[in-house]
Amino acid sequence: MLSQLGHLPMDFLLLAAAVTLASFGFIAGRLRAEQFSFPGDIHPNSRPNAHGYFVLMWSLVPVVLVALGYIFFGEGTSRAILRSELPDGFSILTPGELTTYLDTVARAGRIPGFLSGEHVFDTVTERYGEIRGTVNIFTLVFALALSIAGMFLSRRCLSPGFRARQHVESGIEWFLFLCAALAIATTVGIVASLVFESLRFFAEVPFWDFLLGTRWNAQTSAEFGALPLFFGTFMISFFAMMVAAPIGLFAAIYLSEYASGQVRAIIKPVLEVLAGIPTVVYGFFALLVIAPAVRSVALWINQLVIAWGLADGAVLAAQPTSALAAGIVMGIMVIPFVSSLSDDVIRAVPQSLRDGAYAMGATKAEAVRQVVVPAALPGIIAALLLAVSRAIGETMIVVMAAGQRARISPDPTSDLTTITVQIVSLLTGESEFDSPKTLSAFALGLVLFVVTLLFNLVAINVVKRFREKYE
Amino acid sequence: MDDTLGNGTTMEKGVLPDAPETSVRMSCRNINVFYGEKQAIYDVSLQIADRSVTALIGPSGCGKSTFLRCLNRMNDTIEGCRVEGEIMMEGKDINSPVIDPVLLRSRVGMVFQKPNPFPKSIYENIAYGPRIHGLAQGREDMDEIVEKSLRRAGLWEEVKDRLNLAGTSLSGGQQQRLCIARAIAVRPEVILMDEPCSALDPIATARIEELIDDLRKRYCIIIVTHSMQQAARVSQRTAFFHLGALVEVGDTDQIFTSPRDRRTEDYITGRFG
Repeated sequence: MLSQLGHLPMDFLLLAAAVTLASFGFIAGRLRAEQFSFPGDIHPNSRPNAHGYFVLMWSLVPVVLVALGYIFFGEGTSRAILRSELPDGFSILTPGELTTYLDTVARAGRIPGFLSGEHVFDTVTERYGEIRGTVNIFTLVFALALSIAGMFLSRRCLSPGFRARQHVESGIEWFLFLCAALAIATTVGIVASLVFESLRFFAEVPFWDFLLGTRWNAQTSAEFGALPLFFGTFMISFFAMMVAAPIGLFAAIYLSEYASGQVRAIIKPVLEVLAGIPTVVYGFFALLVIAPAVRSVALWINQLVIAWGLADGAVLAAQPTSALAAGIVMGIMVIPFVSSLSDDVIRAVPQSLRDGAYAMGATKAEAVRQVVVPAALPGIIAALLLAVSRAIGETMIVVMAAGQRARISPDPTSDLTTITVQIVSLLTGESEFDSPKTLSAFALGLVLFVVTLLFNLVAINVVKRFREKYE
Repeated sequence: MDDTLGNGTTMEKGVLPDAPETSVRMSCRNINVFYGEKQAIYDVSLQIADRSVTALIGPSGCGKSTFLRCLNRMNDTIEGCRVEGEIMMEGKDINSPVIDPVLLRSRVGMVFQKPNPFPKSIYENIAYGPRIHGLAQGREDMDEIVEKSLRRAGLWEEVKDRLNLAGTSLSGGQQQRLCIARAIAVRPEVILMDEPCSALDPIATARIEELIDDLRKRYCIIIVTHSMQQAARVSQRTAFFHLGALVEVGDTDQIFTSPRDRRTEDYITGRFG
């Protein structure tokens, strides 16, 4: 019987309880408030609906809290109870094996009427079901009791002069605050896990060896000098910006200053489509189109150099995947960031400045070059910084088109690897999460996070100062 | 409207003996302006005298600023704006395709309602125009142009020690005089002013008005203003616009003392507008 209750659809039941209790609470509060009478011209502080929402609030909050508790701790509690009841024979299992065993039990326990035929396992599973059932029933009763208590207590607070409206307002404020706090808490959690795991890594590998070491070989031998990865990231981002900065900026100038309404109406959405293309698609574009093209140009240059007697052998590596190919495609990818943000800041330059320049007899190009763009420069720089941070963090294109070899080579046609590529290759595949190999991924992630955070902070500050100037 | 200026202007005599007293600088005939389908100016004909101040007055939306912007083709920069009619300057129609608006604007300068110094230093604000038009031969020449322009705008004494400061760091009145100096620096013949004092306090306004009175010895000035007192104080001729049409034009004294048209009288006595 009890184990049958282990299969209760708890999420549905809790949701139904929440909706029902909230409705009852609202009706109870409202009906009570409608009985209040106000002599003559006294104006009630709160309308009946406010009283209704007040009781609703206090009926709903307990259910939600209990439900959250169930979601986060329900399974853990059940297992803790089960584990404490296991016979001594189980002590031969290591903690890891025990966890795996309990996972299997839990999976079996979720199938009604499951029988493996093995006596011990079926007994444990049966007991697990009973414990789940107990926890479920306890949760439901607890939620109902708390909610009804909340409903009654809050209903008793109601009186003609009760400031229900203010209470409801502050309740809403709390709800909104919690949503905002949740977003921040998530960020803090992610950063904390990065920092924590990185500290574990730096306990085994000295910080400066990691930051300044020139040999990276995490997969096979334990060499964790990340400088080649920083170099690769820098190199590819540099190529990306060489493509994106001029094209994006000139596109923005064309869009904001020259293009007529109709042309703009076509080009702007098309540029935004460019921003919506999945990076995987850019990745195979890089791998299948740009990388071979870069390679054949490099081979051609090699031949030319040899033919002219400028060098004895090949001067360019001409690898099938190359930093230049990845950089070019990444540049194409970030063009919309540069152009869209720059377009916004250029359009934010007041028309009066343009008028001023034209009234001096400036041509359009002179006005743009000497007045409009300088006025928009802080915003343009911010747009470029955001694009850089985007390029540094980009993963898919470089995974596909940059290569895996960690080395410091100024040759743009040789293959390089980046921070993001290494994180991917370190964390994919079977490996335990406590070796320096996997922990190094967190350290790399931390570096990436700090760098992009700095870029973003600077960019946001620059934009803010620019806004203050013209608004 | 006939082709002469009608009753002579009240220009001071003896200031510039070589200049003919009432020469016509710009002559507009049958100007119509459209914003898309909407007509903003109806058949305006107006002669503008050299070396004097012409004030354009009228209620908001009467087209006086639009008319002003026709005179240096600033309306070209507004999409969908179309100007018809003839604006003659030195025997040429400024709207004809052979006239380069860029060159025209170097001869017909403009000062705007809100001071709009460029986000550059005071020096660079002035030097901008001469530089793009190649008016200065070297640094010393440019220094001289900057100083002369600032002196004429009555700003030199206040800023001579801080020419490298941003133009935007000046007060509103100083910024507006900087914009006037900037306009003067390209040696225009005509200066258009679109409510140049509307964003300024009374003291700064008085300084600008003094400056305008001084500048008219050398330039032809056309000023749009909302303040009838200002029109009376600074201008020699006044044109009254109403609903996109030119209602009446004449000597400022005559317009303000014995207007011929009923609408002019109503406006200057404050009955509407």
